[in-house]
Amino acid sequence: MIHAILFYSFAAILMGAALGVIFSRNPVHAVMFLVLTFFQSAVLWLLAEAEFLAIVLVLVYVGAVMVLFLFVVMMLDINVERVSGGYAHYLPLGIIVAGLMVTELIVIIWSKGGDANLTGGFAATPEGYSNTEALGAVIYTEHVYAFEIAAVILLLAIIAAITLTMRRRPGLKQQNVAEQVAVRAEDRLRMVQMDAETGEDGS
Amino acid sequence: MIGLQHYLTVSAILFALAIAGIFINRRNLILLLMCIELMLLAVNFNFIAFSRYLGDETGQVFVFFILTVAAAEAAIGLAILVVLFRNRRSINVQELDTMKG
Repeated sequence: MIHAILFYSFAAILMGAALGVIFSRNPVHAVMFLVLTFFQSAVLWLLAEAEFLAIVLVLVYVGAVMVLFLFVVMMLDINVERVSGGYAHYLPLGIIVAGLMVTELIVIIWSKGGDANLTGGFAATPEGYSNTEALGAVIYTEHVYAFEIAAVILLLAIIAAITLTMRRRPGLKQQNVAEQVAVRAEDRLRMVQMDAETGEDGS
Repeated sequence: MIGLQHYLTVSAILFALAIAGIFINRRNLILLLMCIELMLLAVNFNFIAFSRYLGDETGQVFVFFILTVAAAEAAIGLAILVVLFRNRRSINVQELDTMKG
């Protein structure tokens, strides 16, 4: 019972926050609502006993990706009024499409009615079950190849983001690596041949 | 009790809201990116609900990889957005028609 109350209240906040994301005029408010959406999703995932992913969602998504969004939104000087003009123009179409989609999906999902197998809660996990341990056991064995590809994708994202946003500013002092590597000893160093010094009174 | 159908319903509503958001905010590129994040979240809801329903962790592993790819996508998308804004002083989608024939 308490589980159902928690689920419905968090789901309601989730929907409200999602509405806030799509109807906010100010992008900063939209990002804040998106953070709230992710938080509520993490709580719902916790209720479904997916603890590891719930924590990952908060740490990685809210902590990194959303902060990146916030940085970009705050860095860009967006003219809010000008960008969100013509807002009401597409509103009816959007509501019709979204309403149709959600009606169809809900009809399909509930087409079996209140089948006790589907609505009656998830099967209890075995005693001593640890979600994180179970995930780790399959990620590093069965899915290790996909895991390494994910690492490469992240590296790709780093390289792409840096090369896209880096720009050469005139007058900036920096190293010329090619020149540094191409330098030869003869350019810097002069070898001098000279006789060894002998003592005043000989030896 | 809360079961598979409730989670799928939440996911369906979230996905439809994201679709509506794309229609409504079709001029603001940064809000379009946020709506895509919402859609990915709805998809992840489905994966988690089915993974729990079937008692199989593979769905949750898939969510893990979706999160990774979504993070990469957000980073690259925002980098493109920054470059675009630097060059055009605008993120209005309708003004981005340089490559139109």
